[in-house]
Amino acid sequence: MIQAPDIGKVILEHTADSKIVELPFGLGEWHLPGPWYIPGTHIDVSPTRHVVLMGVAAILVFLTIWSAGRSVAKRHREGKAPRGFGAAVEAMVLFVRDDVAMVSIGHGGEKFVPLIETLFFFILYCNLLGLLPWSATPTGNIAVTAGLALVAFVVIEVSGMLALGPKGYLKTIVMVPPGMHGFGAVAMAFLMTPIEIIGKIVKPFALTLRLFANMTAGHFVILALMGLIFLFGSWLIAGGTVLFILFMMCLELLVAFLQAYIFALLTAVFIGLMQHEH
Amino acid sequence: MHNLLMMLQEPAAAVTALNNNALLGGGIGMGLAIIGAGIGIGRIGGQAVEAIARQPEASADIRGAMILTAALIEGVTLAALVFALLFKLIK
Repeated sequence: MIQAPDIGKVILEHTADSKIVELPFGLGEWHLPGPWYIPGTHIDVSPTRHVVLMGVAAILVFLTIWSAGRSVAKRHREGKAPRGFGAAVEAMVLFVRDDVAMVSIGHGGEKFVPLIETLFFFILYCNLLGLLPWSATPTGNIAVTAGLALVAFVVIEVSGMLALGPKGYLKTIVMVPPGMHGFGAVAMAFLMTPIEIIGKIVKPFALTLRLFANMTAGHFVILALMGLIFLFGSWLIAGGTVLFILFMMCLELLVAFLQAYIFALLTAVFIGLMQHEH
Repeated sequence: MHNLLMMLQEPAAAVTALNNNALLGGGIGMGLAIIGAGIGIGRIGGQAVEAIARQPEASADIRGAMILTAALIEGVTLAALVFALLFKLIK
């Protein structure tokens, strides 16, 4: 007798945040400590599953880059080219530095390279953690991606203010197309100022929504297809569906890398746009 | 047309008409968003392949630009899908 599970509930359980961390290899579950309220409010700051997984991703990023850096430095001391895991990580770090950060920001880009590298590797590891069984995708939580986009927003605006000075920064908001004077300039400024302000706010919002929706949509599709197996309950359909799910997970792998790259690239492009406004 | 929809909803007494219309709107919205994405990414793919055929030595640059633009369009589409999902989840 096939049980028909409540597929919607299962999908929401697996993609949304919860206070239970499932340990791999059948070790059971870890119930995270209860609500810790900021005194005087109803804001709950206790850790949840996505918080624990973000910590795991951060530790993994640190271990990757540290061990790769040490192996590359050791082989440089011996006067040889890097090899193995260190070479692979070095290739990715140099790709992000040369083809993403320096190209988009241009002159004076070295200050922002650590930020772009951190964004790329952290988002990559968070996305990839979602592909392991028993774990979840931290970046499939809109609060996490909103936090990352907020960091990008603050860096873009503050670096713009520091590079252009207060008057130059104001010119990016009250924007007058070059070559207009007098009444035409005032009319254009009235029209363009709300559009520019909305544009400044929409860009981080689009970053948030793009990353969140890409990660969550992939998991929704995979979980819905698995629900299909339970719905039909026949071996033939299960075989075909499993092959299709395998293909979808390979696509998820591609999307994980691509979305990390796109987030880092767009942040670098926006920083570069603010630096070179004049 | 409005009367036809009301008549179709007479038997479904348990679910409110508002919820049914929300599901209908969500479904139609999702379909339209996917059509937009399909047309956009199809055009990108077609023009990228044409450009590579005209100048094969630029194929690495063109491939990079194609993947980047496709990901940006996907971003907009998935934003529309998330908002359409909201119609199902709001009671």
